[in-house]
Amino acid sequence: MSDTRDPDLTTYRDVQLSPDFTELRRRFRRFVFPMTALFLVWYFVYVLLADYAHGFMSHKIGGSNITVALIFGLLQFVSTFAITLIYVRWADRKLDPDAAKLRHQIEGAQQ
Amino acid sequence: MTAPLMLPLATVGNPTVNILIFALFVLATLAIVFRASRNNKTAADFYAGGRSFTGPQNGIAISGDYLSAASFLGIAGAIALNGYDGFLYSIGFLVAWLVALLLVAELLRNTGRFTMADVLSFRLKQRPVRMAAAISTLVVCFFYLLAQMAGAGGLVALLLGVSGRTGQSIVIAVVGILMITYVLVGGMKGTTWVQIVKAVLLVIGAGIMTIWVLAKYTFNLSSLLGAAVDKSPAAGEKLLSPGLQYGLTGVTKLDFISLALALVLGTAGLPHVLMRFYTVPDSKEARRSVSWAIWIIGIFYLFTLVLGYGAAAIVGPDRIKAAPGKANSAAPLLAFELGGEVLLGVISAVAFATILAVVAGLTITASTSFAHDIYGQIIKKGQISGDGEVKVARYTAVVIGLVAIVGGIFANGQNIAFLVALAFAVAASANLPTILYSLFWRRFNTRGALWSIYGGLASTIILIAFSPVVSGKVDAKTHLSLSMITDTGVDFHWFPLDNPGIVSIPLAFLLGWLGTITSKEPVDVDRFAEMEVRSLTGAGAEKAVQH
Repeated sequence: MSDTRDPDLTTYRDVQLSPDFTELRRRFRRFVFPMTALFLVWYFVYVLLADYAHGFMSHKIGGSNITVALIFGLLQFVSTFAITLIYVRWADRKLDPDAAKLRHQIEGAQQ
Repeated sequence: MTAPLMLPLATVGNPTVNILIFALFVLATLAIVFRASRNNKTAADFYAGGRSFTGPQNGIAISGDYLSAASFLGIAGAIALNGYDGFLYSIGFLVAWLVALLLVAELLRNTGRFTMADVLSFRLKQRPVRMAAAISTLVVCFFYLLAQMAGAGGLVALLLGVSGRTGQSIVIAVVGILMITYVLVGGMKGTTWVQIVKAVLLVIGAGIMTIWVLAKYTFNLSSLLGAAVDKSPAAGEKLLSPGLQYGLTGVTKLDFISLALALVLGTAGLPHVLMRFYTVPDSKEARRSVSWAIWIIGIFYLFTLVLGYGAAAIVGPDRIKAAPGKANSAAPLLAFELGGEVLLGVISAVAFATILAVVAGLTITASTSFAHDIYGQIIKKGQISGDGEVKVARYTAVVIGLVAIVGGIFANGQNIAFLVALAFAVAASANLPTILYSLFWRRFNTRGALWSIYGGLASTIILIAFSPVVSGKVDAKTHLSLSMITDTGVDFHWFPLDNPGIVSIPLAFLLGWLGTITSKEPVDVDRFAEMEVRSLTGAGAEKAVQH
């Protein structure tokens, strides 16, 4: 591992302050924080509708027994699956390579 | 065995068939556990299964750990009786995984070794924070265990015709002894395999029943819902929209928000879920685990939606309410209606397996936390060999097993979905705020952690103790008590809500912030740097054990 070793990165603090790490942290937070806000807001919109908008939620769709509430509930499943897919793809591509590079630099430096 | 003639549904199916299928499952899992135990050498083997499970394997095991009897029996029963309001539980339980996926799983895997407390005490004062985290771990495990053991009592009442309190207590004791055996012999590796086997059986079993129910209605969901409404004259159309259980008054509506909050924030603070992330080699596998778990859990909850309405349509609410397990017996009764005593036996064995696998996971988590955090790090200050710790963990497992047996006998008959919701409230209040603060807030310090953990824990428990759950809840029609204390003369509740989350969760976040800003403790910049860099890059993370 000595060929990947970076002489400037001797402590965790050096790494923490390095531009590469700052960029990795910024990228991570800029993805996960808004995404968390998004799914929490969407979840609570749903919860409040289910709790306080009974009239709207019990509307039946096109003569069937399927209610608006059921559609909204199923949409929570769809959004959860979608966010999982999007995040895993994103993290595999945009997070792992840079994290691995930094890890090799650090573990090389520690040996 | 009293008055079986008064209760024609006291037993369903053939108890001999049920016991035979149970025994088969127990033998098979014991064989697996003994096989898995051959490589249990180090502490990392016993606590974390050698960190050698793959993401998909761990994802299946997580589903096995998470899809408890509450999910299967409790939610199916809640949908059958309360319709849409039962469905709301499963949505909260599922969406909650996104918190674990996005904010917690990978960072935790990269930073800790065996327990949640490893991460929380990483850059703060070791002993007090570790102690607090270990205590709240033990409390969550205790509530959760209680729910599972209570479920075991109800289940055997239905399936084995054991209607007497003594008989049920004996069965609860057998469950406890089996789970102690799994954990003692198999450690985390054996427990994980039991969970994997159980998750596969559970999903396949529920899947077959789902297709069967749908086939009866020519795969038309609308006609299934219509049939459920027709069979439920008391609830009628209300079965299909929210409000049947939580929409009655302003207080119950608030209670529902409280529950929703506890469900969505609780999962990522459940110690037995967090501990599973240490069983994989790195953070990428931790991410894959959660992704697999989300798919399996999500699909399973879609099955329970069909099963719940199916039970309402095919079995009907009157028969479910009359059965010994009440709401919890909806799914087994449905299995009997569909496939007779063989399908009932299989589904019951699966439900029983569910309880065993979940209690084993909880037991190993609680004993790891006691042995590693309290004994190894606090009492012995880290001056102890891994073997010494594991020995203590094994003793602890026995003690926890015995406590669970006694607690389970006491809690027998309580609604299990609801007991689990309380465990979630503790996890969301006492654990999650400190996990998030310590991962993401540089300034966070020891006092903040202690205030948040102990404040969250105490407020949750106090509010539960003085809630209608414990005393003073009376059914308006039958005048029977719905509380833990069944004597309607005893009523000391002053907190109006069943679930304390809406108060205790914001309070714990607030206390974490307040404790931090009022403390003069300087930030340990080096440890914080180490934690932040390790959490994101995986440098210095614990590696898989090579055998």
